[in-house]
Amino acid sequence: MLTDAQKLAPTPGTHIQMTYLEALMQAQMEEMDRDERVVLMGEDISVYGGDKLIERFGRNRIWDTPISEGSFTGMGIGAAINGLRPIVDLEFASFAYLASDQIINQASKLRYMTGGQIDIPIVFRCCMFSTGSMAAQHADRPYPLFMNVPGLKIISPTSAADIKGLMKSAIRDGDPVLVFEEKRLWPLKGDVPTDPDHVIPIGKADVKREGKDVTLIAIAGAIRPTMEAVDALAKEGISVEVIDPRTLKPLDHEAFKTSVAKTGRLVIVENGHRVCNVGSEIVAVMAEEAFDLLKRPILRLSAPDIHVPFSPSLEKDFYPTKDHIVAAVRRLL
Amino acid sequence: MQLNGDQRLEAYRRMLRIRRFEEEGMRQFKGDKIPGFFHSSVGQEAAIVGACLALRDDDAMTGTHRSHGHPIGKGAHLDALMAEVMGKEGGICKGRGGSMHFADNSVGIISESAIVGGGIPLATGCAFSARVRGVDQVTLCFFGDGAVNQGTFHESLNMASLWKLPVIYLCENNGYAITTSLAQSHGQPDIALRAAGYGMPGVTVDGQDVCAVYEAAAQAVRRARAGEGPTLIVANTYRFDEHSFGLVISGEPYRSVEEVEAHKRDRDPILLYRTVLLEEGINEESLGAVEDEVAEAVKQAVKFALASPMPRPETLPDYMFNSPLAGQYSSAAGLERN
Repeated sequence: MLTDAQKLAPTPGTHIQMTYLEALMQAQMEEMDRDERVVLMGEDISVYGGDKLIERFGRNRIWDTPISEGSFTGMGIGAAINGLRPIVDLEFASFAYLASDQIINQASKLRYMTGGQIDIPIVFRCCMFSTGSMAAQHADRPYPLFMNVPGLKIISPTSAADIKGLMKSAIRDGDPVLVFEEKRLWPLKGDVPTDPDHVIPIGKADVKREGKDVTLIAIAGAIRPTMEAVDALAKEGISVEVIDPRTLKPLDHEAFKTSVAKTGRLVIVENGHRVCNVGSEIVAVMAEEAFDLLKRPILRLSAPDIHVPFSPSLEKDFYPTKDHIVAAVRRLL
Repeated sequence: MQLNGDQRLEAYRRMLRIRRFEEEGMRQFKGDKIPGFFHSSVGQEAAIVGACLALRDDDAMTGTHRSHGHPIGKGAHLDALMAEVMGKEGGICKGRGGSMHFADNSVGIISESAIVGGGIPLATGCAFSARVRGVDQVTLCFFGDGAVNQGTFHESLNMASLWKLPVIYLCENNGYAITTSLAQSHGQPDIALRAAGYGMPGVTVDGQDVCAVYEAAAQAVRRARAGEGPTLIVANTYRFDEHSFGLVISGEPYRSVEEVEAHKRDRDPILLYRTVLLEEGINEESLGAVEDEVAEAVKQAVKFALASPMPRPETLPDYMFNSPLAGQYSSAAGLERN
């Protein structure tokens, strides 16, 4: 059994098993080691930030903030303009609404509005705690709202290797990047390269499973029921190709089209609310750019246009489940 | 700390540059050369220039939607500013920002936020960066009396005080948030008293007296550089023009003609300062030379701006990203349609 320190120690050229959350933490720590301009700020971050951050980096790099999302987010933006590369951890994705004025009116716009005079190299982290009876004010998945804002890059990886590589890209990027993590993915283990320069480019989708009958695009936490459904369908001889966009803004249109050119059928699965979600955008893209590739209508599975309920009995089937996904794929065949 | 020899004429020069720039801007606006809004700083020059002169060239600054005066006060060239209000390619923000967003990074201005109160956290962050990097740079944050009622004011002053950040919060208190007076919007109208709630000094100065503003700002800068933390300065000032030039406000007048005229007559910061300079022995000739120089600079700025081309439509996406990504504009609503 390895200790945490051994497990997280970088060794170039090798892979190591670790969880999604460990990979995320390792990405942050390696980048903080690499670049002293990287600072971390957020509420209770020295306690919940993991792995004794203050001991390792000191209080000048790790900042526990007051409960002032609107302004500590703006403070991160000002610091990014003035020489630092902050990671602002908003914890719950639902809290991003409090910070949204600064993210939208300042971070996303100021480079453009100043005619390129300033850069805003900042990362906004938040996590989607969509299940577990958090109720509506702690369970949102607000990535579609931010996708409608020009000037932001948005990532939402689903594997340990991807979160590490994309988080590193986000920290090294010269522009504002929003990271939507998914609580349900935190414990998932995977092989992660220990190379400190393992980066995955923002904007490139990944084929998580090859298949020939149906293309399934899974967003963030929806990857878990999707993989269960795909395994069940495989036993029946139905071959599903699973695409993980990994980056939500900009979306990798070519990856979707390449897959649908092969399968002719498309299902999109996500945990966002139904109206104007990422599925809506993908459907529009496919209708405009690849309509002739489709043999059947596109199906979208998502949360309904209803707030996330508290009671487990109401929450149980709130998001797309394995059964919903299996049924959707069957409808297209 | 008082304005020294060279600074005394420089203060006059910069206030006059703001005044003449604004007056010329309003003429160009009337002549349909300037689109959008035009919020003039006429009447508020001393509050701006007094504070700016207390800064070093490498100090940072943020401003407001009433944005023309701030870069001029910090020493910016006028040409690119005039071109910006006209939406020209040669504008300081390449025609992407316009009248309310005169950020000029060459003089340390990182942004002018037209979202009221939006710039206060940014300035606080600039100061935070100086603190983390261990440099003695100070940040000056301009905002109006309306912004004091935004949550960002409270949150930012709290954090700046908590961490003793090198930032100066300078409230240009002109008494009106568009048409809503201070008395109608502040439960406790003495803004400087709010500083006590955050554990920092709160200073009220006559915002029509450039020397008084300078002295308060210089004292705050000294505190900030010494690691003693932020200061709130409230400069009581007055805008001579309407909230936005050409804006017609119908219904009950929110301020009387007599009030405005009295300020223009008795409280014009440039006239007041000119009298002080003459009393201090600076002759008419020296002041006249500054006046001629400023008139020439404004004339040149208009010439530059009128001659500057409009940005080409194909440059629409320029300046969006530092690191553009493939496919960033590949959606159907992308460039082809624009």
